[in-house]
Amino acid sequence: MSPEDFSYVADLVRTEAGVVLTSDKVFFLDTRLGPLARREKEAGVDALIARLRSQPTASRIQAVVEAALVPETRFFRNRSAFQTLADLSLPELVKRRGDKGLRILSAGCSSGQEAYSLAILVQESLPQTPTEIVAIDYSRRSLEKARAGLYSHFEVQRGLPIRRLLDNFEKVDENWRASAALRSKIVWSEANLLSDLSGLGQFDVILCRNVLNSFAPAVATACLERLEGRLAADGLLMLGVDEGLILPASFKPEAASGLYRRNVAFVREVKMA
Amino acid sequence: MTKTCLIVDDSRVMRKVAMRIVEQLDFEGVEAADGMEALTYCRAAMPDAVLLDWTMPMMDGMAFLQALRQEPGGKAPIVIFCAAETEPAKIRQAIDAGADEYIMKPFDGDIIAAKFEETGLI
Repeated sequence: MSPEDFSYVADLVRTEAGVVLTSDKVFFLDTRLGPLARREKEAGVDALIARLRSQPTASRIQAVVEAALVPETRFFRNRSAFQTLADLSLPELVKRRGDKGLRILSAGCSSGQEAYSLAILVQESLPQTPTEIVAIDYSRRSLEKARAGLYSHFEVQRGLPIRRLLDNFEKVDENWRASAALRSKIVWSEANLLSDLSGLGQFDVILCRNVLNSFAPAVATACLERLEGRLAADGLLMLGVDEGLILPASFKPEAASGLYRRNVAFVREVKMA
Repeated sequence: MTKTCLIVDDSRVMRKVAMRIVEQLDFEGVEAADGMEALTYCRAAMPDAVLLDWTMPMMDGMAFLQALRQEPGGKAPIVIFCAAETEPAKIRQAIDAGADEYIMKPFDGDIIAAKFEETGLI
């Protein structure tokens, strides 16, 4: 891939999705676009980009940006944070909410492993609580896969203990499909984290992990502000490990790594001002 | 002290692959070609972990697991099946018989690391 082609695609990825691809990602981008070039029946990645540059239609742009963004993901990523959610945070919230139940947002849900992990947790630890999990992502392709709930032999073995696999998935040929009960707990929606999210309503817990660290700082801050606007005053935010550094003072860390609570004192000050 | 992992598989190639992976996870790997050989090893020195194939000559994985759990100190090792069997009902049998985890072949280093983590080995 020529440097010109790389910066052309990197510019698109930045303007469309707010993600910065540094120049050391040339190889990474090349391998990500290879499968797309084959699907589009182009001779190779260079031909794919040449076509995009000469006819940059919205669908071509979206396809390239999506392919560049597919992240690595696994079930129960950062297990200790999930454990804290199940043991402490969710029960505490349920006590306060009562029959109202909980709403949880998986922001930047990718191919769905995080949302299904949440659904499993909720099913195991809060079987009586009505809970809605909303999962959003920019990538239509990822969302299609997530909604189908169909994972390969390799995918289900990353992060999913065997009992949870047996209890919550059924084998379909060589793949595994999330049970109807799990799938019914999750609402999937195509949404860009950089757009207005107010239509999604309010959430008790928001997970946004390993998304912000690929954004430019100003974009990450803007995105956090949008998410904060969707979070209940006593709600919890879960970020990826080491992503808390960019958090504004309106959040303070909980005991477990990656979990943050709104800083009530800070909120009050703002209200009085 | 370095933890030991007993790799039980009748395929020499498979044992070598698993050996390389467990060594990368800082385990000392030991090999056995069937359940009988594995049981003999365990009677002399209980390993911390066992990666266990199912279908083997002499004594298969299931028979080994049941025998191991009856041995003095035999409940201690973390036993992870590592087998080609992928039918949910069969996998559940293995878990019910006392296996701690189950890896479906084919696997990679990432999967073994994930299962070691889940069972508290690392």
